[in-house]
Amino acid sequence: MTTDSQIPDDLLYSTEHEWLRVEGGRATVGITDHAQDQLGDIVYIDLPKAGLAVSFMAKFAEIESVKVASEVFAPASGEVVEVNPALEDSPELVNKDPYGEGWLVVLRLTDAAEADKLLSPAAYRELVNKELGEHQ
Amino acid sequence: MTAEGMPLQRGHELMIEKSRPGRIGADLPRSDVPSVSDLPQHLLRDDLPLPELSQLEAVRHFTRLSQLNYAIDTTFFPLGSCTMKYNPRVHEEIARLAGFADLHPLTDDEDAQGAIRVLYDLQDYLAALAGLDAVSLTPAAGAQGELTGILVTRAYHESRGEGETRKRIVIPDSAHGTNPATAAMAGYTVTEVPSDADGDVDVAALAGLLGPDVAAFMLTLPNTLGIFESGILEIARLVHECGALLYLDGANMNALVGRVAPGSLGFDIMHFNLHKTFSTPHGGGGPGAGPVAVRADLAQFLPGPLANRAEGGNYYLIEPENSIGALSAFYGNFGVALRAYAYIRTLGAEGLHAISENAVINANYLRARLKDAYEVPYNRITMHEALITGRRQKRFGVKTLDIAKRLLDYGYYAPTVYFPLVVEEAMLIEPTESESKEAIDAFCDAMLAIAREAETDPELVRSAPHSTPVRRLDEATAARKPILHW
Repeated sequence: MTTDSQIPDDLLYSTEHEWLRVEGGRATVGITDHAQDQLGDIVYIDLPKAGLAVSFMAKFAEIESVKVASEVFAPASGEVVEVNPALEDSPELVNKDPYGEGWLVVLRLTDAAEADKLLSPAAYRELVNKELGEHQ
Repeated sequence: MTAEGMPLQRGHELMIEKSRPGRIGADLPRSDVPSVSDLPQHLLRDDLPLPELSQLEAVRHFTRLSQLNYAIDTTFFPLGSCTMKYNPRVHEEIARLAGFADLHPLTDDEDAQGAIRVLYDLQDYLAALAGLDAVSLTPAAGAQGELTGILVTRAYHESRGEGETRKRIVIPDSAHGTNPATAAMAGYTVTEVPSDADGDVDVAALAGLLGPDVAAFMLTLPNTLGIFESGILEIARLVHECGALLYLDGANMNALVGRVAPGSLGFDIMHFNLHKTFSTPHGGGGPGAGPVAVRADLAQFLPGPLANRAEGGNYYLIEPENSIGALSAFYGNFGVALRAYAYIRTLGAEGLHAISENAVINANYLRARLKDAYEVPYNRITMHEALITGRRQKRFGVKTLDIAKRLLDYGYYAPTVYFPLVVEEAMLIEPTESESKEAIDAFCDAMLAIAREAETDPELVRSAPHSTPVRRLDEATAARKPILHW
């Protein structure tokens, strides 16, 4: 089985299904289309407050869907400078538009070299297809 | 048909909707208690917004609600990892015997010899079935049993001066969610060990995760994939080698009871779920019981009271010397323990032996009948429950949730879905030993019919249920924007 999820070409991806859009010294973070599809309808998102320092692949948020509660890991080290205010009332934005209105936080990056540890769109697609192929 | 705006069937209104002003169920005499006039004004109110119904309306309301229940008493109840077996009615008779039911919990030991003997004998039977040495019956549920076990683990390491160094508990990725929750409640951090391609704990990965900072390895056996861990003896050796304890989550004891004593495999502590394996009432939030069995040197830490027997034959209650403290008031859920005692005495050793045999045969029969229509993630003999997935149906746009909803139309409660978490679109089905071949066949026929529908008429399955008093519920909106009052 191969994925029909959206995997935009202009983003970087983590092995835990987060995406990162780097713009200068800042980066927007969210979860991938594949991740939201696996979670199902999202009902609550526990986001950090602005000012929190996060480190690479440490847990920084929690997403609860009708199926499961799941942790979100930071795909980069840095400081949370913005939190998506719309998600408190409308967590379903992550289901509807994971790469747009459903963004989670903006980070001020502290280690630009970390981007090398993330996956390219092609490598992420391969990871998703591999995960879908398991337990056949 | 859509879920929105679907009216409830006539007669299924809420009590508050049936209410009519002035209607009453009992005609109370005028109060002859003088009214009090000096209460502060802000504490007084005139309205009492309760439903107003006649007695007959109230009786019909609750009787109808009871008829809407899915229950083991009305239909096959296939919830995996829950062991929804038949609860023999004779247990209820025994639990209502005045000598037990009317006994005050503060009665002196000498006037409660029969009740304490029941506790003593049940401790004894469970210890024998566990292959361990001492049992506390007081934990009131499985999760509380787990917490007891891990608090005993902590007390054990503290007594050896290793309380500060052993701060980690290792748990498989297929575990019940209560396991990591228990570890966190007891102040531990959790490390997850992956399952291998066959569904067993990845023993090599486990070996790499164990060390002098590990307090315990918590394992369910058979695991939640329905698989008996083939590496269990090696697992026990590795866990003990690093000085940790091996804990058994006994949720799946129905596959082992009377056949495998976990102590003989190397488990140091385990909990039972009397409401699963020992046929006491289950679900509805009613009382459960999660007795904990331990090896001899850990008995000093158990929560009391424990029943004991003097030389002369008198029964009495004691508190273990270095107890972690009480887990419940008095003796735990005594009525539940009593039913489990009756179950064990009724079956005897031979009968208990037959439970696990029939439970395992039933699950494998069910799995064999479904495995061509549904994908099976691990193609091997299962224990007491069958794990299948809805992955094939997902290709037609039908998810496991839809299959579960469609089963309601066929008159069945849905199995456990989306658990274990490591298997996509999982369905975990546990027929237990209670069901006949005919009952299992009828359920399998329904599952096979749904698999066909998923291919030929996926919309029928996606929009199910079609025959229940309320149709597809909007669970997402209910969770996002709950309305908690009318």
